[in-house]
Amino acid sequence: MQKAVLRPLYSLPLRKNPVIRTFILHTIMTVLVFTLIALLGSVCAGIIGSLSGLGGGIVVIPLLTILLGVDIHYAIGAALVSVIATSSGSAAAYIKEGIANMRMGMFLEIATTAGAVAGALISSAAPASFIAVLFGLALIFSAANSLRQKEEHLVTQSSSFAQRLKLPSTYPGMNGQPIAYGTKNVAGGFGMMGLAGMLSGMLGIGSGAFKVIAMDTIMKIPFKVSTTTSNFMMGVTALASCVIYIQKGYIVPDICLPVMIGVLAGAMIGSRILMRTDPKKLRKFFAFIIIFLALNMMYNGFKGKF
Amino acid sequence: MMTDQTIQKIIGNVLKYGVRTVLVIAAIGGSIFLYDHSSETVDYTRFTENDHSIFQVTSDVLKGTAGLDARSIIFLAILVLFCTPFIRLLLSLVSFILEKDRLYVFITTLVLVIICFSVYFGFGH
Repeated sequence: MQKAVLRPLYSLPLRKNPVIRTFILHTIMTVLVFTLIALLGSVCAGIIGSLSGLGGGIVVIPLLTILLGVDIHYAIGAALVSVIATSSGSAAAYIKEGIANMRMGMFLEIATTAGAVAGALISSAAPASFIAVLFGLALIFSAANSLRQKEEHLVTQSSSFAQRLKLPSTYPGMNGQPIAYGTKNVAGGFGMMGLAGMLSGMLGIGSGAFKVIAMDTIMKIPFKVSTTTSNFMMGVTALASCVIYIQKGYIVPDICLPVMIGVLAGAMIGSRILMRTDPKKLRKFFAFIIIFLALNMMYNGFKGKF
Repeated sequence: MMTDQTIQKIIGNVLKYGVRTVLVIAAIGGSIFLYDHSSETVDYTRFTENDHSIFQVTSDVLKGTAGLDARSIIFLAILVLFCTPFIRLLLSLVSFILEKDRLYVFITTLVLVIICFSVYFGFGH
């Protein structure tokens, strides 16, 4: 049963030669080779995801599908597992520092988990090429958004609904002094979070870009709080769709192992690099790589290669 | 007195040590996996949909792990990983109950219910 291999190798004219074909099928793509390529690629994806602020999951899917020819459903499952790992790994630090807003995270998780359940169900019914094209669009949007100039804003006024939900809070500033912030447009943010959750469940991504838009742009929460709270929420959101994925057989241990370890290691390396360098220039560079990957996914999606 | 901060510290630790445990289990399973199967060829180009309930998956994984089956051990690591955000939710629930914050007890319960719904929706449909 176990035969076919690298899709790029497949697409070469060489594949028509039965000898070479058999060689590729039965000699090159062994478990060891697959694991090593996936591990190395996932480390790179983790680094790029961390430096670009997009998250490793969104970068690892084109890598698995385009480079290794993995079916997009398996790639989504593995990516989502790695999203939980990086979210839990990094949220540990944020929560201790008291930056992430636990109440806001919990309230918005109603929207993201409901969206994620819907998204995962749509994903299992939708054709793979549709998912690939949608993924490409989400990837381009996220990359473009990572280049956008973000202005730090601090509103002190809150809407009455936000106050009833006890969303306004404080976060530790530079000198340890708590900085108070307000919250606006809760309904708008909640709706956007539902969309973010749905994309997460459909595409196997953390959809951090969409979560940050909901909190940063719509609800006017300080950037530091919105990024950390978004990261903190990803684990629970991904869990909602992962439970569906695991029951439908998206989660294959052979693929998840190198991806999970690789992305986590890459994210750690990435955060070390971030402490030393200014990512602004790197972001432009990565945005171009990511847009290239996105176009590749969409092209293959349109051609029905998934 | 359990304060918000104590619970936050516990949650932080659960996440941190949870991920470490996952990595250790995955590394053990991965080593056995590569040792047993490294020269086999693989094919992940075709997706075959399954229909197993999470309970069945869990019991299969536990049985496999007892028999030192590599894939089951890696799967166990993934299931433990799933537990980290779930335990986080439960601890948050405890924290809101201790604070007598009824609104957030309700909100957290709602999130838990949605996750339980995904067990139901993902299976047999």
